Amino acid sequence: MLEFITQPWSWWFSGLVISSIMFTLLYFGKSFGFSSNLRTICTIAGAGKTVKFFNFNWKTQIWNLLFLSGAIVGGFIAKQFLSNGDAVQISSATIESLSQYGFQAPNSFQPSEIFSWEAVFSIKGFLILALGGIMVGFGARYAGGCTSGHAISGLSDLQIPSLIAVVGFFIGGLAMTFFIFPLIF
Amino acid sequence: MKLLKFLLLGILFGIVMVKSEVFSWYRIQEMFRFQAFHMYGIIGTAVITGIVGVFFIKKYGIRDYSGDQILFFPKDNSIPRYLIGGIIFGLGWALSGACPGPMVVNIGFGYLPFIVVFVFAIIGTYLYGLFKDKLPH
Repeated sequence: MLEFITQPWSWWFSGLVISSIMFTLLYFGKSFGFSSNLRTICTIAGAGKTVKFFNFNWKTQIWNLLFLSGAIVGGFIAKQFLSNGDAVQISSATIESLSQYGFQAPNSFQPSEIFSWEAVFSIKGFLILALGGIMVGFGARYAGGCTSGHAISGLSDLQIPSLIAVVGFFIGGLAMTFFIFPLIF
Repeated sequence: MKLLKFLLLGILFGIVMVKSEVFSWYRIQEMFRFQAFHMYGIIGTAVITGIVGVFFIKKYGIRDYSGDQILFFPKDNSIPRYLIGGIIFGLGWALSGACPGPMVVNIGFGYLPFIVVFVFAIIGTYLYGLFKDKLPH
Protein backbone atom coordinates (compact mmCIF):
# COMPACT_ATOMS: atom_id res chain seq x y z
CA MET A 1 0.00 0.00 0.00
CA LEU A 2 2.74 2.44 1.01
CA GLU A 3 4.67 1.56 -2.12
CA PHE A 4 1.57 2.22 -4.24
CA ILE A 5 1.24 5.66 -2.66
CA THR A 6 4.90 6.68 -2.85
CA GLN A 7 5.28 5.68 -6.51
CA PRO A 8 3.99 8.11 -9.14
CA TRP A 9 0.28 7.52 -9.68
CA SER A 10 -0.93 6.19 -13.02
CA TRP A 11 -2.68 8.53 -15.43
CA TRP A 12 -6.06 6.86 -15.08
CA PHE A 13 -5.99 6.89 -11.28
CA SER A 14 -4.85 10.54 -11.22
CA GLY A 15 -7.59 11.50 -13.70
CA LEU A 16 -10.21 9.76 -11.56
CA VAL A 17 -9.03 11.58 -8.43
CA ILE A 18 -9.25 14.93 -10.26
CA SER A 19 -12.80 14.31 -11.49
CA SER A 20 -13.75 13.05 -8.00
CA ILE A 21 -12.57 16.39 -6.58
CA MET A 22 -14.73 18.19 -9.15
CA PHE A 23 -17.81 16.08 -8.26
CA THR A 24 -17.25 16.48 -4.52
CA LEU A 25 -17.14 20.27 -4.97
CA LEU A 26 -20.38 20.09 -7.00
CA TYR A 27 -21.96 18.04 -4.21
CA PHE A 28 -20.93 20.76 -1.76
CA GLY A 29 -22.58 23.39 -3.99
CA LYS A 30 -19.36 24.82 -5.46
CA SER A 31 -17.62 24.61 -8.79
CA PHE A 32 -14.02 23.65 -9.48
CA GLY A 33 -12.13 26.74 -10.68
CA PHE A 34 -8.78 27.57 -9.14
CA SER A 35 -7.84 30.85 -10.86
CA SER A 36 -10.82 32.68 -9.29
CA ASN A 37 -8.61 32.82 -6.22
CA LEU A 38 -6.26 35.23 -8.00
CA ARG A 39 -9.12 37.71 -8.41
CA THR A 40 -10.16 37.20 -4.78
CA ILE A 41 -6.61 37.94 -3.59
CA CYS A 42 -6.61 41.20 -5.60
CA THR A 43 -9.90 42.14 -3.93
CA ILE A 44 -8.57 41.37 -0.43
CA ALA A 45 -5.51 43.51 -1.23
CA GLY A 46 -7.89 46.43 -1.88
CA ALA A 47 -8.08 46.46 -5.70
CA GLY A 48 -11.88 46.83 -5.51
CA LYS A 49 -11.54 50.45 -4.35
CA THR A 50 -10.19 51.59 -7.70
CA VAL A 51 -11.10 48.85 -10.19
CA LYS A 52 -14.74 47.78 -10.50
CA PHE A 53 -13.88 44.22 -11.58
CA PHE A 54 -12.50 43.54 -8.11
CA ASN A 55 -15.41 45.09 -6.25
CA PHE A 56 -17.29 42.00 -5.07
CA ASN A 57 -17.96 40.24 -1.81
CA TRP A 58 -14.83 38.11 -1.49
CA LYS A 59 -16.23 36.32 1.55
CA THR A 60 -18.25 34.14 -0.85
CA GLN A 61 -14.88 32.75 -1.98
CA ILE A 62 -13.46 31.78 1.41
CA TRP A 63 -14.10 28.13 0.58
CA ASN A 64 -11.88 28.46 -2.52
CA LEU A 65 -9.10 30.18 -0.55
CA LEU A 66 -9.22 27.23 1.85
CA PHE A 67 -8.95 24.91 -1.14
CA LEU A 68 -5.86 26.91 -2.20
CA SER A 69 -4.39 26.66 1.30
CA GLY A 70 -5.05 22.93 1.23
CA ALA A 71 -3.20 22.65 -2.09
CA ILE A 72 -0.10 24.16 -0.47
CA VAL A 73 -0.39 21.74 2.47
CA GLY A 74 -0.97 18.87 0.04
CA GLY A 75 2.23 19.71 -1.82
CA PHE A 76 4.09 19.71 1.50
CA ILE A 77 2.58 16.39 2.64
CA ALA A 78 3.33 14.77 -0.71
CA LYS A 79 6.95 15.83 -0.48
CA GLN A 80 7.47 14.88 3.18
CA PHE A 81 5.52 11.64 3.43
CA LEU A 82 4.52 10.32 0.01
CA SER A 83 7.64 10.66 -2.12
CA ASN A 84 10.36 8.17 -2.91
CA GLY A 85 12.84 10.84 -4.01
CA ASP A 86 12.95 9.80 -7.66
CA ALA A 87 13.10 12.40 -10.42
CA VAL A 88 10.11 13.00 -12.71
CA GLN A 89 9.75 10.12 -15.19
CA ILE A 90 9.51 11.97 -18.49
CA SER A 91 10.15 10.34 -21.84
CA SER A 92 13.67 10.12 -23.25
CA ALA A 93 12.40 12.03 -26.31
CA THR A 94 11.60 15.02 -24.09
CA ILE A 95 14.96 14.83 -22.35
CA GLU A 96 16.62 14.87 -25.76
CA SER A 97 14.47 17.75 -27.08
CA LEU A 98 15.19 19.87 -24.01
CA SER A 99 18.92 19.14 -24.16
CA GLN A 100 19.02 21.18 -27.38
CA TYR A 101 18.13 24.20 -25.27
CA GLY A 102 20.73 23.44 -22.62
CA PHE A 103 18.48 21.62 -20.14
CA GLN A 104 20.09 18.74 -18.22
CA ALA A 105 18.16 15.49 -17.75
CA PRO A 106 15.82 15.94 -14.74
CA ASN A 107 17.17 15.12 -11.30
CA SER A 108 14.02 16.35 -9.51
CA PHE A 109 10.66 17.75 -10.65
CA GLN A 110 11.73 21.23 -11.76
CA PRO A 111 14.66 22.33 -13.92
CA SER A 112 17.37 24.16 -12.01
CA GLU A 113 17.95 26.14 -15.24
CA ILE A 114 14.73 28.04 -14.42
CA PHE A 115 13.85 27.40 -10.77
CA SER A 116 17.17 27.60 -8.90
CA TRP A 117 17.80 30.74 -6.82
CA GLU A 118 20.72 31.47 -9.11
CA ALA A 119 18.31 31.61 -12.06
CA VAL A 120 15.69 33.60 -10.12
CA PHE A 121 18.23 36.31 -9.29
CA SER A 122 19.42 36.68 -12.87
CA ILE A 123 17.64 39.24 -15.06
CA LYS A 124 16.67 36.71 -17.70
CA GLY A 125 15.59 34.11 -15.16
CA PHE A 126 13.49 36.61 -13.23
CA LEU A 127 11.82 37.83 -16.42
CA ILE A 128 10.93 34.24 -17.38
CA LEU A 129 9.16 33.64 -14.07
CA ALA A 130 7.54 37.09 -13.97
CA LEU A 131 6.27 37.07 -17.57
CA GLY A 132 5.14 33.45 -17.27
CA GLY A 133 3.14 34.34 -14.17
CA ILE A 134 1.67 37.52 -15.67
CA MET A 135 0.50 35.69 -18.80
CA VAL A 136 -1.08 32.89 -16.77
CA GLY A 137 -2.90 35.33 -14.48
CA PHE A 138 -3.97 37.74 -17.23
CA GLY A 139 -4.93 34.98 -19.66
CA ALA A 140 -6.87 32.93 -17.12
CA ARG A 141 -9.08 35.85 -16.14
CA TYR A 142 -9.48 37.08 -19.73
CA ALA A 143 -10.54 33.59 -20.80
CA GLY A 144 -12.74 33.28 -17.72
CA GLY A 145 -10.95 30.26 -16.29
CA CYS A 146 -7.85 28.10 -16.20
CA THR A 147 -7.23 24.39 -16.62
CA SER A 148 -9.62 23.44 -13.80
CA GLY A 149 -12.44 25.81 -14.80
CA HIS A 150 -12.31 25.25 -18.55
CA ALA A 151 -10.45 22.02 -19.38
CA ILE A 152 -11.99 19.99 -16.53
CA SER A 153 -15.25 21.63 -15.39
CA GLY A 154 -16.20 23.29 -18.69
CA LEU A 155 -15.44 20.37 -20.99
CA SER A 156 -17.25 17.99 -18.61
CA ASP A 157 -20.34 20.16 -19.18
CA LEU A 158 -19.66 20.13 -22.97
CA GLN A 159 -19.39 23.92 -23.07
CA ILE A 160 -18.23 25.35 -26.40
CA PRO A 161 -16.57 28.41 -24.77
CA SER A 162 -14.39 26.05 -22.73
CA LEU A 163 -13.43 24.11 -25.85
CA ILE A 164 -12.39 27.40 -27.52
CA ALA A 165 -10.36 28.31 -24.43
CA VAL A 166 -8.63 24.91 -24.38
CA VAL A 167 -7.79 25.26 -28.09
CA GLY A 168 -6.33 28.66 -27.16
CA PHE A 169 -4.30 27.09 -24.31
CA PHE A 170 -2.75 24.75 -26.87
CA ILE A 171 -2.11 27.39 -29.53
CA GLY A 172 -0.31 29.47 -26.90
CA GLY A 173 1.55 26.50 -25.42
CA LEU A 174 2.71 25.22 -28.81
CA ALA A 175 3.79 28.71 -29.91
CA MET A 176 5.84 29.09 -26.73
CA THR A 177 7.37 25.62 -27.01
CA PHE A 178 8.21 25.59 -30.71
CA PHE A 179 8.69 29.25 -31.67
CA ILE A 180 9.64 31.22 -28.57
CA PHE A 181 11.78 28.63 -26.71
CA PRO A 182 14.38 28.59 -29.52
CA LEU A 183 14.63 32.39 -29.16
CA ILE A 184 15.03 32.54 -25.39
CA PHE A 185 16.89 29.34 -24.43
CA MET B 1 -16.31 23.35 11.00
CA LYS B 2 -18.21 23.29 7.76
CA LEU B 3 -15.45 24.92 5.69
CA LEU B 4 -12.87 22.34 6.77
CA LYS B 5 -13.93 19.98 3.97
CA PHE B 6 -12.63 22.45 1.38
CA LEU B 7 -9.23 22.49 3.05
CA LEU B 8 -9.18 18.67 2.97
CA LEU B 9 -10.20 18.62 -0.70
CA GLY B 10 -7.43 21.11 -1.43
CA ILE B 11 -4.94 18.80 0.32
CA LEU B 12 -6.09 15.90 -1.87
CA PHE B 13 -5.74 18.18 -4.91
CA GLY B 14 -2.18 19.12 -3.91
CA ILE B 15 -1.26 15.46 -3.38
CA VAL B 16 -2.67 14.35 -6.74
CA MET B 17 -0.87 17.21 -8.55
CA VAL B 18 2.42 15.89 -7.09
CA LYS B 19 1.78 12.17 -7.39
CA SER B 20 0.57 12.49 -11.00
CA GLU B 21 3.65 14.67 -11.66
CA VAL B 22 1.34 17.28 -13.27
CA PHE B 23 3.05 19.95 -11.14
CA SER B 24 6.33 19.38 -12.98
CA TRP B 25 7.52 21.84 -15.64
CA TYR B 26 8.97 18.84 -17.50
CA ARG B 27 5.56 17.15 -17.77
CA ILE B 28 4.04 20.29 -19.32
CA GLN B 29 6.89 20.41 -21.85
CA GLU B 30 6.39 16.73 -22.62
CA MET B 31 2.68 17.41 -23.21
CA PHE B 32 3.21 20.37 -25.56
CA ARG B 33 5.80 18.32 -27.48
CA PHE B 34 3.35 15.39 -27.79
CA GLN B 35 6.04 13.03 -26.49
CA ALA B 36 3.98 11.05 -23.98
CA PHE B 37 0.40 10.03 -23.34
CA HIS B 38 0.62 10.77 -19.60
CA MET B 39 -0.92 14.29 -19.43
CA TYR B 40 -3.49 13.48 -22.11
CA GLY B 41 -4.44 10.33 -20.19
CA ILE B 42 -4.94 12.32 -16.98
CA ILE B 43 -6.96 15.15 -18.51
CA GLY B 44 -8.82 12.72 -20.80
CA THR B 45 -9.81 10.45 -17.89
CA ALA B 46 -10.96 13.44 -15.83
CA VAL B 47 -12.98 14.88 -18.72
CA ILE B 48 -14.58 11.60 -19.86
CA THR B 49 -15.64 10.62 -16.34
CA GLY B 50 -16.67 14.26 -15.87
CA ILE B 51 -18.89 14.21 -18.96
CA VAL B 52 -20.58 10.96 -17.85
CA GLY B 53 -21.10 12.26 -14.31
CA VAL B 54 -22.45 15.66 -15.36
CA PHE B 55 -24.81 13.91 -17.81
CA PHE B 56 -26.32 11.84 -14.98
CA ILE B 57 -26.46 14.80 -12.58
CA LYS B 58 -28.53 16.70 -15.15
CA LYS B 59 -30.62 13.72 -16.26
CA TYR B 60 -31.68 12.75 -12.73
CA GLY B 61 -31.65 16.26 -11.28
CA ILE B 62 -29.22 15.18 -8.56
CA ARG B 63 -29.13 17.47 -5.55
CA ASP B 64 -26.25 18.75 -3.50
CA TYR B 65 -25.74 18.19 0.25
CA SER B 66 -28.11 21.02 1.17
CA GLY B 67 -30.91 19.68 -1.03
CA ASP B 68 -30.57 22.17 -3.89
CA GLN B 69 -30.47 20.87 -7.42
CA ILE B 70 -26.95 20.98 -8.90
CA LEU B 71 -27.08 23.51 -11.72
CA PHE B 72 -24.69 24.26 -14.56
CA PHE B 73 -24.60 27.74 -16.03
CA PRO B 74 -23.64 28.12 -19.70
CA LYS B 75 -20.76 30.55 -20.16
CA ASP B 76 -21.33 33.65 -22.31
CA ASN B 77 -20.82 33.04 -26.00
CA SER B 78 -17.74 34.67 -27.47
CA ILE B 79 -14.80 33.67 -29.57
CA PRO B 80 -12.18 36.44 -29.05
CA ARG B 81 -12.42 36.35 -25.27
CA TYR B 82 -11.78 32.61 -24.92
CA LEU B 83 -9.36 32.34 -27.82
CA ILE B 84 -7.13 35.35 -27.05
CA GLY B 85 -7.33 34.81 -23.30
CA GLY B 86 -6.61 31.13 -23.82
CA ILE B 87 -3.60 31.81 -26.05
CA ILE B 88 -2.08 34.22 -23.50
CA PHE B 89 -2.69 31.66 -20.76
CA GLY B 90 -1.09 28.90 -22.87
CA LEU B 91 2.02 31.00 -23.51
CA GLY B 92 2.47 31.49 -19.78
CA TRP B 93 1.62 27.87 -18.97
CA ALA B 94 4.33 26.49 -21.27
CA LEU B 95 6.91 29.04 -20.06
CA SER B 96 6.40 28.70 -16.31
CA GLY B 97 5.31 25.06 -16.52
CA ALA B 98 2.42 25.59 -14.16
CA CYS B 99 -1.18 26.73 -14.19
CA PRO B 100 -2.45 28.49 -11.03
CA GLY B 101 -3.19 25.36 -8.95
CA PRO B 102 0.17 23.65 -9.49
CA MET B 103 1.94 26.98 -8.74
CA VAL B 104 0.89 26.87 -5.10
CA VAL B 105 1.42 23.10 -4.92
CA ASN B 106 5.03 23.76 -5.96
CA ILE B 107 5.39 26.33 -3.18
CA GLY B 108 4.15 23.76 -0.64
CA PHE B 109 6.50 21.15 -2.09
CA GLY B 110 9.40 23.51 -1.46
CA TYR B 111 10.04 24.99 -4.90
CA LEU B 112 9.95 28.50 -3.46
CA PRO B 113 10.79 30.38 -6.71
CA PHE B 114 7.16 29.63 -7.64
CA ILE B 115 6.27 32.38 -5.16
CA VAL B 116 7.59 34.79 -7.82
CA VAL B 117 5.44 33.13 -10.50
CA PHE B 118 2.37 33.19 -8.27
CA VAL B 119 2.81 36.84 -7.22
CA PHE B 120 3.09 37.83 -10.89
CA ALA B 121 0.03 35.74 -11.74
CA ILE B 122 -1.85 37.89 -9.20
CA ILE B 123 -0.40 41.01 -10.86
CA GLY B 124 -1.49 39.64 -14.27
CA THR B 125 -5.01 39.19 -12.95
CA TYR B 126 -4.95 42.76 -11.63
CA LEU B 127 -3.81 44.04 -15.05
CA TYR B 128 -6.72 42.21 -16.67
CA GLY B 129 -9.15 43.92 -14.29
CA LEU B 130 -7.54 47.26 -15.03
CA PHE B 131 -7.78 46.94 -18.82
CA LYS B 132 -10.90 44.77 -19.02
CA ASP B 133 -13.13 47.41 -20.66
CA LYS B 134 -10.58 48.10 -23.40
CA LEU B 135 -10.23 44.44 -24.43
CA PRO B 136 -12.41 42.62 -27.00
CA HIS B 137 -14.78 40.22 -25.23
